[in-house]
Amino acid sequence: MTPSKPRVGLFVTCLVDMFRPTVGFSAVKLLEEAGCDVDVPMDQTCCGQPAFNSGDNASARKVAAPLIDMFADYDYVVAPSGSCAGMIKKHFPELFADDPAMAARVQALSDKTHELVSFLTDIMKVDSVPAEFDGKVTYHDSCSGLRELKVKQQPRKLLNSIKGLEISELSEPETCCGFGGTFCVKYPEISGKMVGDKTRDITETGAKTLLAGDLGCLMNMAGKLAREGSNVEVRHVAEVLADMTMAAPPIAGKEGE
Amino acid sequence: MSVSTSPNFKENVHGALRDESLQRALGRLKTGFRDKRLAAIENLPEFEALRDQARDIKNHTLENLDHYLLTFEENVKANGGHVHWCADAEEARQVVAKICRDTNAKSVLKGKSMISEEIALNDFLEKQDLKVVETDLGEYIIQLRHEPPSHIIAPAIHVHKEEVADSFRETHKGRDPNRSLDEPRELLDEAREVMREHFFAADVGITGANFLIAETGTSVIVTNEGNGDLTQTLSRVHVAIASLEKVVPTLEDASSILRVLARSATGQEMSSYTTFSTGPRREGDLDGPEEYHVILLDNGRSNMLGTEFQDMLRCIRCAACMNHCPVYGAVGGHAYGWVYPGPMGSVLSPSLIGVDEAGHLPNASTFCGKCEEVCPMRIPLPKMMRHWREREFEKHLSPSSFRYGIKTWAFFASKPRLYRAVTGIASKVLAKMAGGKGRIAKLPLAGGWTDMRDFPAPEGKTFKELWAEKQAGKGDVK
Ligand code: SF4
Repeated sequence: MTPSKPRVGLFVTCLVDMFRPTVGFSAVKLLEEAGCDVDVPMDQTCCGQPAFNSGDNASARKVAAPLIDMFADYDYVVAPSGSCAGMIKKHFPELFADDPAMAARVQALSDKTHELVSFLTDIMKVDSVPAEFDGKVTYHDSCSGLRELKVKQQPRKLLNSIKGLEISELSEPETCCGFGGTFCVKYPEISGKMVGDKTRDITETGAKTLLAGDLGCLMNMAGKLAREGSNVEVRHVAEVLADMTMAAPPIAGKEGE
Repeated sequence: MSVSTSPNFKENVHGALRDESLQRALGRLKTGFRDKRLAAIENLPEFEALRDQARDIKNHTLENLDHYLLTFEENVKANGGHVHWCADAEEARQVVAKICRDTNAKSVLKGKSMISEEIALNDFLEKQDLKVVETDLGEYIIQLRHEPPSHIIAPAIHVHKEEVADSFRETHKGRDPNRSLDEPRELLDEAREVMREHFFAADVGITGANFLIAETGTSVIVTNEGNGDLTQTLSRVHVAIASLEKVVPTLEDASSILRVLARSATGQEMSSYTTFSTGPRREGDLDGPEEYHVILLDNGRSNMLGTEFQDMLRCIRCAACMNHCPVYGAVGGHAYGWVYPGPMGSVLSPSLIGVDEAGHLPNASTFCGKCEEVCPMRIPLPKMMRHWREREFEKHLSPSSFRYGIKTWAFFASKPRLYRAVTGIASKVLAKMAGGKGRIAKLPLAGGWTDMRDFPAPEGKTFKELWAEKQAGKGDVK
């Protein structure tokens, strides 16, 4: 008897849902190729992080609570974002700490939630992908994935399995890009300075493509590169791993660019 | 000197980002601190274990703070010293003034002390007609420039050596106006010569304390220039000012924490000088002060005990958090507007001067987590900044437009069908606005974003719309 496929509930994330569906479809493809049965609960919206990080825990709980039941029946919950996966895994238990009735269910959700790429490598033991890509890319380590979930080597491992793809590292891959959710609109000048430092670093690598695992950071960096007139293309790492770069133009890039 | 205060954070930031000299100085944080710290900890495999140990020592002390403070007091007294408990800055200043009066002091030497900055001691003493001289080179430089420190261990990090030379030429009269002051060494030598005259004339020497050791009644300072120890040994009267949480139970505990302190701060294994002061000069001692006083300052710390901010009291002021903070690295210390900048200041300042005064500071963080990653005492700085945001939100201190925005968003995000409809429309509208260019250069209501960068356009349909279409195609609608 072959063991049944793990059932994965995809947590799409609000940004991917609204701005970049291709990342969601890339995630589905990667998960299915890794042998998962993927489902998308249609009532999901957001993980509540914008409210949580603004100190509005009541609103955060209101948005977060439905996810606990919605994803209860899956073996795993996977998000193409270190930030949102980190919110569920690390911060849901804090957010519901005062509610003992919820504690066990929240912990169960936390335990089975993963960021996409690390889920592929660490849980599904994927060590290569059949994608094609020609050229030099650089990779930004988004903060939450890196520090809360220890996502560092996993995306590099899979990217390195792609023939023709070469990674040219940033001089400071682990320095924040200045997105920070609401931070980037509350303190635009500091954010602008930080993302400016980041795009300089990106340009100096000589890579044609910038990849990362979080859409918020990618939109920030892509927006800045576009403003500077750079022709570096920006994509979510899942698009490259799933060989779906033909499905959409780069982030902030034109059709056919 | 422009007065920067915490409520003016945004204006301060605006200025700091345009200050080329400051930006050049901040560029030194990497080679000056970050690279050195990394090299030092790579050489010490047990560093992570030492961090745990350091955290545990402080946690244990904070749980038993009354006991260790009383033990410390007892032992200071047994050694012939004096302990003064001060609830706030004013009490502490008055105690210093009284000690100066009682000992007929004319001049005061200062070792580097952040607590004396916190209680604005220099201004106060100068108003009492006392001559105050800072002996730490960095502090001396900013004293000459009439500026506050911009960093907790490198107070003059924002100043270039050419500016120091200018200040020296202006203040140190009677020297060859054409002398060379191009090299750091020359500046150091001249500062040392000038200070030497002050050392021998000093009545009262005031220092901070990196640790207070309960079992021996000792205060400890950690320096690289050695002027701190001259301050406390050559003066007739030594006054150490320390906040309550500086106490540790034993000498051994202090040594354990010292192993993470210098490595985290400057990347040294140990600072050049670690000086232990236990009571006044005893019979037969070759040097040392005639009187030894310790001022134990609360100034808001005890209010943090037992709250979600207690962990902050583990801080040993190593500055690793600010050295690694991208926000500090962008704007420097003065922008924070009060004594403590960077992540540790963003947590501590609201505790000490109120969240209404310092509310910007815990908000001006991306929560990138770098500070917590490098903090030797494992202080969860981002989490505590978030707790300050919670307090602000509860007190209705955050801007009403922002509160309204969050509440409105939460309203939609908790109604899945409505949310799907609204995001579906928004995606299409934004995609249309981009007109096939993939980005929007100017977006109404999103000036904070588009002033700095383009706004990437959505693809057009939401993932959920497309997913539903796909499932419908498979005849398998959910
Ligand atoms: S918070 Fe941590 S890193 Fe920052 S100064 Fe204190 S001990 Fe050092």
